Amino acid sequence: MIKVRGLTKTFRGRGNTVQAVNGVDLDVAEGEIVGFLGPNGAGKTTTLRMLSTLLRPTSGEAMVAGCDLLDDPAGVRLRIGYVGQGNGAGADQRVGEELITQARLYGMTRAAARQRVDELLTRYELQGMAGRTVRTLSGGQRRRLDIVMGVLHRPPLVFLDEPSAALDPQSRSNLWQHISSLRDEHGSTIFLTTHYLDEVDALCERILVIDGGRIITEGTPDGLKGEISGDLVTLEPADPAAAAASAEQLPGAREVTVDGATVSFRVSHGDTAAPELMRTLEAAGNPVRAVQIKRPTLDDVFLTLTGRSLRDADANPEPGQGE
Amino acid sequence: MTVRLLQQTRLVFVRSSRPWLRSPMALLVGVAGPLVYLLLFGPLLKGTVVRGGGNPWQWFVPGMLMQLTLFGAAYAGFSLIPELRSGVMERLRVAPVSRAALLLGRVISDVFQLALQGVLLLATATALGFRASVPAMALALTLTAVLGAAISSASYTLALKIKEEYKFAPLLSMLLVPLMLLSGVLLPMDAAPSWLHTLSRLNPLTHVVDALRAIAVGHYGSHATLTGAVVAVVLAVLAVAWGMRTMSRELG
Repeated sequence: MIKVRGLTKTFRGRGNTVQAVNGVDLDVAEGEIVGFLGPNGAGKTTTLRMLSTLLRPTSGEAMVAGCDLLDDPAGVRLRIGYVGQGNGAGADQRVGEELITQARLYGMTRAAARQRVDELLTRYELQGMAGRTVRTLSGGQRRRLDIVMGVLHRPPLVFLDEPSAALDPQSRSNLWQHISSLRDEHGSTIFLTTHYLDEVDALCERILVIDGGRIITEGTPDGLKGEISGDLVTLEPADPAAAAASAEQLPGAREVTVDGATVSFRVSHGDTAAPELMRTLEAAGNPVRAVQIKRPTLDDVFLTLTGRSLRDADANPEPGQGE
Repeated sequence: MTVRLLQQTRLVFVRSSRPWLRSPMALLVGVAGPLVYLLLFGPLLKGTVVRGGGNPWQWFVPGMLMQLTLFGAAYAGFSLIPELRSGVMERLRVAPVSRAALLLGRVISDVFQLALQGVLLLATATALGFRASVPAMALALTLTAVLGAAISSASYTLALKIKEEYKFAPLLSMLLVPLMLLSGVLLPMDAAPSWLHTLSRLNPLTHVVDALRAIAVGHYGSHATLTGAVVAVVLAVLAVAWGMRTMSRELG
């Protein structure tokens, strides 16, 4: 559904150039829900804007929804849905009229537009809202309206840019259900950017991580957690120093540290490694009083990969990123 | 292609017109400035300004039509800035919509609004003593519509480039007040010192006001009418071309 090779974007300002995207390769198969992660300034939004025809790439090749991004952006526009970070519906417009106008701009007849709008308002829990002015809707309702606008023309590929930012927890999980059903019930391919790790855990089957304008890793959320950070195992053995020495012997164990009475280390499969270690220690007369295995979060993955936590990056957005 | 453009322009026109059609107060507020001048300033002109002793309303009302057009259309860009910021324009950019339609639909909506306000202005003026035939009024409104299209296009273009209300508003007041004063809307430029008179002739709006005044006294085919018409058409063509170019460049 998406195939990108060597995509770059250079912004030229007065006297300085910023290489925002620096050779991105990525593939997304039909029917996938892919999360695109990265701290602000990593090139995430710039890449998304190129793929959705909002920015022209400096170089590279891309096929998006079966059309060549550089030669046929009009073809791409017809086949993709795009839900940006902002609200796509005019604040002074009425919900139903704005949606029908949008559908008609995509070439639907008036009758088809009406029918499609009624269907989607119901599906996205906006029934009875057609006559309301957009500015009177709640944040969650406006966000659902944005998604309705993005999928009116039944695009096979939908881009979502930070779909749940600025929503309350309840509206977020409601929105996630709608996004999942877009794929599960309607077969759409979904490509979304986020820097919320709970959003990735709730929605994405595969993630791509971008930093410094390049894809630095990809995989399933669980796979990346296992491979990159590993589980954090914490033990309280009778003899911490001896236990630490045994832990060092475990294949793949790293970051073995002793802190008072506790020993901790990271290992890919903590659930099987910990009992094995406990048996070894028990046999050596070094019983373990307590054990804790903590699955890593994607934030740990991020910290390992980029040296930055997503939250830090969020708190200190870098300037120079094209909006 | 052309059919698509017309259809999309119509959709954008209807969309842009809905908010102001729903609140007629906005229409009245837009025309309130010139109406206040008609009511509170117009009567002062009785027997003062016009050489040859004609009806002073024939001289004053065309100037108010210009003021309505200038101020009404110049603020059009303000409706675009929130939509640039919120994500509405972004949503439209991703849609397979002609960039020309995005501009033209809005401009036509503004012109439509100006025409309704112009009718209201001319009706009030007629009640006060302005005398012009229906064809003369129609011609005057057509000329102001062409000029209005030029100014509204230019306003959207500036809004696309400037993107912030707090920068856009001072720029407009910096431009509009001199343009209005130099076009001789309030007092005749005949008595002006020569440097001011020269500046006034360099202001394209002066020629449109002159044309409106010629039309108001029935001189449809006069030199002044033709010059004003040509100036308005050239301004409209240039402004719309500039707007379309900026729209496709800024919106990609």
